[in-house]
Amino acid sequence: MPLTSKKPPLPSEDKRWRIVNGTMRRHGYARDALIETLHTVQESFGFLDKVALRFVADSLRVPLSQAYGVATFYHFFTMKPPGEHVCLICMGTACYIKGAGALLNEAQAALGIQAGETTADAKASLMTARCIGSCSVAPAVVFDGETMGNVAGKNLREKLAGWRPA
Amino acid sequence: MNPAPSVKTLMIDGKDVSARADQSILDAARENAIPIPTLCHLDGLSEAGACRLCLVELKGTPRLQPACVTLVEEGMEVTTQSPRLEKYRRMVVELLFAERNHVCSVCVSNNMCELQDMAKQLGVTHVRFPYRYPRLPVDTTHERFTMDHNRCILCTRCVRVCTEIEGAHTWGVFGRGVDAHLITDLDIPWGTSDTCTSCGKCVQVCPTGALFEKSKVGMQSQKNPDFLNYLNEMREIER
Amino acid sequence: MTFEELEQIAAETRENREKSPRELNVCVAAGCLSLHSDAVKKSLEEEVKRTGATCRVRGTGCMGLCSLGPLVASEPSGQLYKSVAAADAAEIVKNLEGAPVPRLLCSREQPFFQRQNLIVLENSGRIDPEKIEEYIAADGYRALVHALTEVNPNEIVQEVSKSGLRGRGGAGYPTGLKWGTVSKTAGTTKYVICNADEGDPGAFMDRSVLESDPHRVLEGMAIAAYAVGATRGYIYVRAEYPLAVKRFGTAIREARRLGFLGSQICNTKFNFDMEVRIGGGAFVCGEETALIASIEGRRGAPRPRPPYPAQAGLWDMPTLINNVETFANIPSIVRRGGDWYASIGTKKSKGTKVFALTGKVRNVGLIEVPMGTTLRQIIYEIGGGGPEGHKFKAVQTGGPSGGCIPEQFLDLSVDYESLRELGSIMGSGGMIVMDDSACMVNVAHYFMEFCMSESCGKCIPCRSGTAQMFELLTRMTLGTATARDLELLEELCDMVSSTSLCGLGQSAPNPVLSTLRYFRDEYIEHINEKRCRAGVCECGSTVGVTA
Ligand SMILES: Cc1cc2nc3c(=O)[nH]c(=O)nc-3n(C[C@H](O)[C@H](O)[C@H](O)COP(=O)(O)O)c2cc1C
Ligand code: SF4
Ligand code: SF4
Ligand code: SF4
Ligand code: FES
Ligand code: FES
Ligand code: FES
Repeated sequence: MPLTSKKPPLPSEDKRWRIVNGTMRRHGYARDALIETLHTVQESFGFLDKVALRFVADSLRVPLSQAYGVATFYHFFTMKPPGEHVCLICMGTACYIKGAGALLNEAQAALGIQAGETTADAKASLMTARCIGSCSVAPAVVFDGETMGNVAGKNLREKLAGWRPA
Repeated sequence: MNPAPSVKTLMIDGKDVSARADQSILDAARENAIPIPTLCHLDGLSEAGACRLCLVELKGTPRLQPACVTLVEEGMEVTTQSPRLEKYRRMVVELLFAERNHVCSVCVSNNMCELQDMAKQLGVTHVRFPYRYPRLPVDTTHERFTMDHNRCILCTRCVRVCTEIEGAHTWGVFGRGVDAHLITDLDIPWGTSDTCTSCGKCVQVCPTGALFEKSKVGMQSQKNPDFLNYLNEMREIER
Repeated sequence: MTFEELEQIAAETRENREKSPRELNVCVAAGCLSLHSDAVKKSLEEEVKRTGATCRVRGTGCMGLCSLGPLVASEPSGQLYKSVAAADAAEIVKNLEGAPVPRLLCSREQPFFQRQNLIVLENSGRIDPEKIEEYIAADGYRALVHALTEVNPNEIVQEVSKSGLRGRGGAGYPTGLKWGTVSKTAGTTKYVICNADEGDPGAFMDRSVLESDPHRVLEGMAIAAYAVGATRGYIYVRAEYPLAVKRFGTAIREARRLGFLGSQICNTKFNFDMEVRIGGGAFVCGEETALIASIEGRRGAPRPRPPYPAQAGLWDMPTLINNVETFANIPSIVRRGGDWYASIGTKKSKGTKVFALTGKVRNVGLIEVPMGTTLRQIIYEIGGGGPEGHKFKAVQTGGPSGGCIPEQFLDLSVDYESLRELGSIMGSGGMIVMDDSACMVNVAHYFMEFCMSESCGKCIPCRSGTAQMFELLTRMTLGTATARDLELLEELCDMVSSTSLCGLGQSAPNPVLSTLRYFRDEYIEHINEKRCRAGVCECGSTVGVTA
């Protein structure tokens, strides 16, 4: 633990660390910027790893155990690098009632992985969410950041097949 | 010095008692030899309000209130024992036993465990809920201490003593819900932590067989969390 | 900013619109966007450019009937087009003057629109949410200027009390009373927080308000800050709502530019500014003490109350925390008076409520109705009833903290007390209609899974109790449960709701309790006959198989 307020050096030359640093600077390196900064890390790198957590924790003078506790408490954060493509199936109530469970089963079968996992070839990740606010067009699925409403099994299969050319 | 806080009079289990306005119902009850069961509370640490064993009934409010964090009020009427409270307390203990893996007969803390004592005191003879049997690790990497996650009840006494008294901030809680568990630093083996000062305070405050001293395994050794009061008193005097 | 300046901006904006009144308004709120309304907007813009038509193409907020999106409104004729595709652009632009395109027409005369009473949603779908001038032209910020320059903070608190407004975040605590407490509590700094965590899965009211009319919420927060003496504000938005975050960020910048945020607002001594904080995918962070912990950068674990945030909240300072919709009501109340607001609704529940009507109904979307409207009116008149061939079974309100209401209570008026009596709650406004294709045991199981994985894990009854209840319900859905399991389940429901630390645990048993109350038969069938009448659970196939 650094005893002085000296900031730790950037973990590497990677320019993205400067973006992360920018978020912390904007918040005056206050401890309460932890979650905001972790959001920036995840936006920049796609996930959080221990190098990033240590850097952010040291910069903000947050104990390591606390930084890790926060990163694992919030399920929006992921500690694993996502696949090239991400399929996020909404499992909120409105989508569930309209058959999201069947969509999830289809996606798991199509990709051969469970929710929360990434295929071995790192091509695709399968995620679930608790309502993405598109309940009016349930069931909703987000393919690589783009939300699609009224998704049928056919749409899903086509989309996923496109990601993994046989 | 602050001016002396005012004194409140209240009734606990039909007995008139008086207490300072900044005291909790638990403090007031214990000063008057009225026992209230607790697990997460420890004199000298901040309150978590997490175990819910200390819940009491207050006249005029439908919700049960935790005695450890509820301050006394003038005219309060507190009930600490009732069939309803006892039933809930027994269920808390049952839930704890079913949550992780407690096999008292082979546990280092057998006969010196606050959870075991609580079960005896509340008359919990068997657990009606399905055991969850989670697979949990035992961290033996620290040269003097062991952390056995199978026995942890997540009372966070160790986290609080490490943060508030020792100031090392080694312990933290990972994840949430029923998957939550304790971690050291960035979830590294305890023995490799460079924030841990090996002071052993966490071991002393741990109510169960989750944290223990390696050298004392197999010996009759009571934990001694009373050092906390001493430390806190000394701090006050120095201020 | 003075009234005159405000009026000038409003007049200029209106004038500009009147100069060329023809416009095509495309809904670019979340629902329509996920049906690709952005592509529709682009193609309309191109078509207008190509043909040289005099017409503005604007992006607006939600128009309500989201399931028929993308929606496009043609002004000034008032024509509403439904399910518009990018390829329809040419036809729409060609028919700007003449007869509307019948194929796409969506009547505004239907009960879905006629039955509603818009206060919170009055500007939704009518203004461009990214342009502060349009909000001002719709009477925006008049309430703030009035509050700051013409009345004192106390009078505002009184006006809000008089309106009878109750918190729209779920519990229905009287808003005026809460404001009064914060204003009376001494503190060097006070805070105002807007709770936009909207955790109920299946509800999107707050999202829609933030995306469609963000300045309304901002104005409400600024008025609240003035009333209680706060100088800083936060809005806590869930990370799943990036568009809402973006639009609110724009609104903050615009409000700063015109001096509605910052120091010496409207040349008074009032200083107030705010920032957006983004959640991290934790339902429990909607609970106020957990939300505060999260803003402070910590794990979102609730703490025992008292002290309430009004006494010791963010950084232990007096803090006012209200829901998005609560704040969104404020400008109208201040502009039109508490008495006006109190004249709408029922005796104890005043004003209107926004609901996200979803599930097995024809008209899925966002609606705003006076308190006291019956469930039947909402589901059958506004919602148009369920799809053919299925029978209505229950309506779920209050999400994971609420319950399922069966057919025999559909004539009950929707207000805080009636719903509670039925074993559900108003909640934040999610309303999910279920028909006979839903199994009530499965629904209870679904919500218990939700509560179990959203429990923060701090207190034992919720952490461990929800996991036990989930296991017992799993047995029922698999057909391996016994009558004894049902007994244990009921005992746990009582214990967890009575002993948990925060509202999450305290209300986690509600979906089980309400389905047990009205659909006990279904539980018994699952246990005794290993049968699921809706055919959802696979209990039949596992008969004879030991778990
Ligand atoms: C588990 C839990 C989740 C909650 N989620 C929300 C939420 O998403 N949005 C909200 O406004 N209030 C939520 N609340 C209620 C808040 O704690 C708080 O009462 C509310 O924000 C107060 O605002 P109001 O008085 O305007 O309703 C939640 C409460 C609990 C216990
Ligand atoms: S920790 Fe206590 S209750 Fe658990 S096994 Fe050891 S002695 Fe028994
Ligand atoms: S290790 Fe011991 S003190 Fe720490 S949380 Fe577990 S039971 Fe409590
Ligand atoms: S009731 Fe659940 S969410 Fe609330 S404090 Fe307890 S464990 Fe956490
Ligand atoms: S429930 Fe799926 S978007 Fe809301
Ligand atoms: S001792 Fe009060 S909640 Fe644990
Ligand atoms: S989102 Fe377009 S009408 Fe609701």
